[in-house]
Amino acid sequence: MHAFEYHRPSSLADASKLATKGADAKLLAGGQSLVQTMKLRLSAPSDLVDLNAIGELRGIKSDGKTVTIGAMTRHAEVASSADVKKAIPALAALASMIGDRQVRHQGTIGGSLANNDPAADYPAAVLGLGATVVTNKRRIEADKFFKGMFETALEGGEIITQVSFPVPKRAAYTKFKNPASRFAIVGVFVADTGSGVRVAVTGAGPSVFRQGDMEKALSARFDPASVASVKQKADGLNSDLHASAEYRAHLVTVMAKRAVEAAMK
Amino acid sequence: MATPLIGARVERKEDYRFLTGAGQYTDDVALPRQTYAVFVRSPHAHAKIKSIKKDEALKAPGVLAVYTGEDLAAAKVGGLPCGWLITGTDGQPMKEPPHPPLAQGKVRYVGDHVAVVIAESQSAARDAADLVQVDYEPLPAVVDASKATQKGAPVLHDIAPDNKCYTWALGDKAAVDAAFAKAAHVTKLDFINNRLIPNAIEPRAANATYSRADDSYTLYVASQNPHVERLLMTAFVLGLPEHKVRVVAPDVGGGFGSKIYLYAEDVAVTWASRQLGRPVKWTAERSESFVSDAHGRDHHTVAEMAMDRDGKFLAMRVHTTANLGAYLSTFATCIPTILYATLLAGQYTTPAIYCEVTAVFTNTAPVDAYRGAGRPEATYVVERLVETAARDMKLDPAEIRRRNFIRTFPYQTPVALMYDTGNYDATLDAAMKMADVAGFPKRKEEAAKRGKLRGLGYTCYIEACGIAPSNIAGALGARAGLFEAGEIRMHPTGSVTVFTGSHSHGQGHETTFAQVVADRLGLPIESVDIVHGDTSKVLFGMGTYGSRSIAVGGTAIVKALDKIVAKGKKIAAHLMEAAETDIEFDRGVFKVAGTDKQKTIGEVAFAAYVPHNYPLDKLEPGLNENAFYDPTNFTFPAGSYVCEVEIDPDTGVTKVVKFTAVDDFGKIINPMIVEGQVHGGLTQGIGQALTENCRYDPETGQLLSGSFTDYCIPRADDVPSYQLDTRETPCTHNPLGVKGCGEAGAIGAPAAVINAITDALGVRDLPMPATAETVWKVIRANRKAA
Amino acid sequence: MAVKISMKVNGKPVSAEVEARTLLVTFIREHLRLTGTHVGCDTAQCGACTVHMNGKAVKSCSMLAMQAEGAEIVTIEGVAKADGTLHPMQAAFKEHHGLQCGFCTPGMVMNAIDFAGKHPGASEQEVRESLEGNLCRCTGYHNIVKAIMAGSRTMAASK
Repeated sequence: MHAFEYHRPSSLADASKLATKGADAKLLAGGQSLVQTMKLRLSAPSDLVDLNAIGELRGIKSDGKTVTIGAMTRHAEVASSADVKKAIPALAALASMIGDRQVRHQGTIGGSLANNDPAADYPAAVLGLGATVVTNKRRIEADKFFKGMFETALEGGEIITQVSFPVPKRAAYTKFKNPASRFAIVGVFVADTGSGVRVAVTGAGPSVFRQGDMEKALSARFDPASVASVKQKADGLNSDLHASAEYRAHLVTVMAKRAVEAAMK
Repeated sequence: MATPLIGARVERKEDYRFLTGAGQYTDDVALPRQTYAVFVRSPHAHAKIKSIKKDEALKAPGVLAVYTGEDLAAAKVGGLPCGWLITGTDGQPMKEPPHPPLAQGKVRYVGDHVAVVIAESQSAARDAADLVQVDYEPLPAVVDASKATQKGAPVLHDIAPDNKCYTWALGDKAAVDAAFAKAAHVTKLDFINNRLIPNAIEPRAANATYSRADDSYTLYVASQNPHVERLLMTAFVLGLPEHKVRVVAPDVGGGFGSKIYLYAEDVAVTWASRQLGRPVKWTAERSESFVSDAHGRDHHTVAEMAMDRDGKFLAMRVHTTANLGAYLSTFATCIPTILYATLLAGQYTTPAIYCEVTAVFTNTAPVDAYRGAGRPEATYVVERLVETAARDMKLDPAEIRRRNFIRTFPYQTPVALMYDTGNYDATLDAAMKMADVAGFPKRKEEAAKRGKLRGLGYTCYIEACGIAPSNIAGALGARAGLFEAGEIRMHPTGSVTVFTGSHSHGQGHETTFAQVVADRLGLPIESVDIVHGDTSKVLFGMGTYGSRSIAVGGTAIVKALDKIVAKGKKIAAHLMEAAETDIEFDRGVFKVAGTDKQKTIGEVAFAAYVPHNYPLDKLEPGLNENAFYDPTNFTFPAGSYVCEVEIDPDTGVTKVVKFTAVDDFGKIINPMIVEGQVHGGLTQGIGQALTENCRYDPETGQLLSGSFTDYCIPRADDVPSYQLDTRETPCTHNPLGVKGCGEAGAIGAPAAVINAITDALGVRDLPMPATAETVWKVIRANRKAA
Repeated sequence: MAVKISMKVNGKPVSAEVEARTLLVTFIREHLRLTGTHVGCDTAQCGACTVHMNGKAVKSCSMLAMQAEGAEIVTIEGVAKADGTLHPMQAAFKEHHGLQCGFCTPGMVMNAIDFAGKHPGASEQEVRESLEGNLCRCTGYHNIVKAIMAGSRTMAASK
């Protein structure tokens, strides 16, 4: 790991200032991705702004219509939250599938979203549920947040403070895991919001995306059979050691079908 | 009388330290004035080194030294030797290119050692390694062995312009060809035995220190055989006297073959410790392990079985291209030859077998023994062929095996081995019963109702363990003996320290060997400690690999025990004023036959060390004996495995739902430990069959599967609970009747899994590993064809 | 840059000045010389470095030491009783031969204690899934799973 300047602000305002100060400052949340890339020297920030001491970034609130999760809330907290389980069980289930239990004790929702790994799970929930990413500067709709591989709408010094999830009528997430890394080769989040259906796909492409054809089919009839025949195009999908684009495309349909089945249970 | 310890499920003596964090692995060793080494490795698969500039690195904070291949050459440090000389079909010795510890002039694989940076801290060394400027001229690379022998392929070593190390053969080609000519049916397969990366969870590490006081070195190293490491390093590489070098392999976190060898890093830190007069430690990061540990397998094989119309095997013909990687690792050359072709008879009476092996250099990490070492490759060939032959002949796969089993022993195979004993029907019958093969059709039907494809596959494997009779090994090209040494030190107050040349890196020698000794001497197991892994304590050793520890190392201990008992009888005879010939010994008690006079081993030991009443005119005091044991034959563990899989046709995911293993390891000392060995071996075998695959980019030679996020070793939820049992035909030529059990699972499992998958899918073959995508593609192709 | 760090490790307060880039595992192994916590990979897969931070299993190789500032850390050295008596989970690993080379063992035990404490009576499948973050190359997991189920029962009974 390369050397860096370390900062541990206790307020959001200080954190924001520090984040723009260094030549290449980075925010440190749970560190489950960032520390790895720094160890492998794939990332070498000049400054690291540790958000762990900022209490206001943690916590889960639910009012029946919306579940709001603080950016520094750990995956395990979301997975085991009675509020989340009651309001959006699919979100709790998704959180319980991230990484492994040690990673879930440390990794945060804010860190995951800011990183926007193409194979991460949370982006599927955020996009699938049409959540709002709240930062210290503004509110960003899910549809405008994810910009591409490891890219988001976040600007310099902008810090995710919380994520606000509207409670759907029903939803489910199914994940086809990479057997080695346990990231998603394909993960599909299906949400019947009451006013329509959203289908978000992670792992398959350079960044999470909505599957419009499936949304249309499911909005007409929310049934596994509706997506079973909807083919995902392989063009532009990821292709690597573990799965070709063609296979990923196939899995999108299979996982979507299973997600709908699960949502109907 | 104490309960017999041999055969008992004794809890392990070593566990307490491991469970409390008190184990001492190489990286845990911290020496005064410690320095840290980081290696600069080649980012290219093949390149000329035009220049190396060290100045920037040397100026970095905390840096003590930067050494390159030139420095080692100037100091006359030799190359890493290969321990096995193979003679080719042309009568010529194999091509043995230089293997400098740090590259000289050229790098030949990604991860090849270019320079070593030594600094006051690990992070300082790591920072400075980035500052070593190496000017490379990249060359075209070849990673596939079959492509490396083609005309125009990039040449790795001048000495081998066709990249061939050797072409070697075993068996009677004419007899095989004749048998094929009259065969009623021939089954032929063409497959790859996938390349694997061992990945012991403890990364390799070495920490060397030099003492000016007596001009001596101590090397702590994660090694499976410290004495061999010392022998090779002193005699062939550093030119040091052996008695001035102590090699300690403390607690070692798994080996699976990958820690048998003398590695460049071990040599470099040992040499550097003297240059700096300070201890130098190197610990691999996992990414380094992936690129620089010796890999395993990587065969391309075309295999054919000739049969008569009843499915009786007439002959087998096998052509294999084996990838050796860029350089010859310590035992690389014997793996795809001596440890492979000799096992092609399997459990069957196939009268004629011919095997030809071409071993090839490529721009990949060196390939050497990995759990099973040659024998998994052989078993895969035999058992895939046999299962496919059964399907071709519309015979039950168990039935075709029974029609061809060897049933009379000793049995001389056409590929040089003499099986001493076995009972293959017994293990197959037991495995089929335990696996409830009879109930399989019902389970298949039930799975089909759930939309799943279920399949069942067998393996009936044999392995040659207890490596090895030195005279046979020598005739086959071994450049060293393959005996083992043991020493029993009875202390005056009756406790015992046992020194063994075997090395435990998970196998539990501290318990198993103590059981053997305590049982014989009638002592509580707490009174017996096993010392291993330190050349300054243990007289000699050939180390642990090839499932040889109990069969060879254990026997050496038994031989030393025999000497203890023999001397003890003399002492006891004197103490009890009886004739030596009247003394009987049983579990620690010397008795005068036909009387109630007796002395315990403790009393005898005390008399030996406090020889007030002792036959000093005839006998030396003390009770300490050592023995060397060189086996007269290999041992032949064998067994039958039944694997049942369930496949999700929508995703191609294969789940091993049931795995039954019935092994014959001869006599078993500790069933609990043996079961653990089988569980581990099976899991590595299932890993090879389903998920593990070392992949290099075919153009650039970059390692694509270079981390645990891309190279998939099995996790707990990838494997089932196993059903195990054993049958026993004791080995006929060692006193314990033991055969060895460490590799069986890894040898037998891959074919059983692939046989089950091909059964489920109704296809003849599919590539290993049968990843979800591979299986899905086969299913899709099937559907298109249908 | 150097930073000051303090935390409680195995019940004892410790503080030190370390480079900011020091990983928690490096702090534990190199500074405190508690070498029972191991490093088996550099991508957070193997779990050999698992320790408890404020009662939860975390991977100490994937955190800066500073991320544990003020925390209570328990390592494998802090699990057995002061008189050397093994924790029920450690004892179960011994009884069921849940370890071979011992290198992954500390991480396995630390994760298992945390898991069993939170999920008494977990099924075999749940135990297997709980080991997603721990790699073992020796045991094939068979006896680790048995040990965790047994250790878990003893822990529940002794509550």
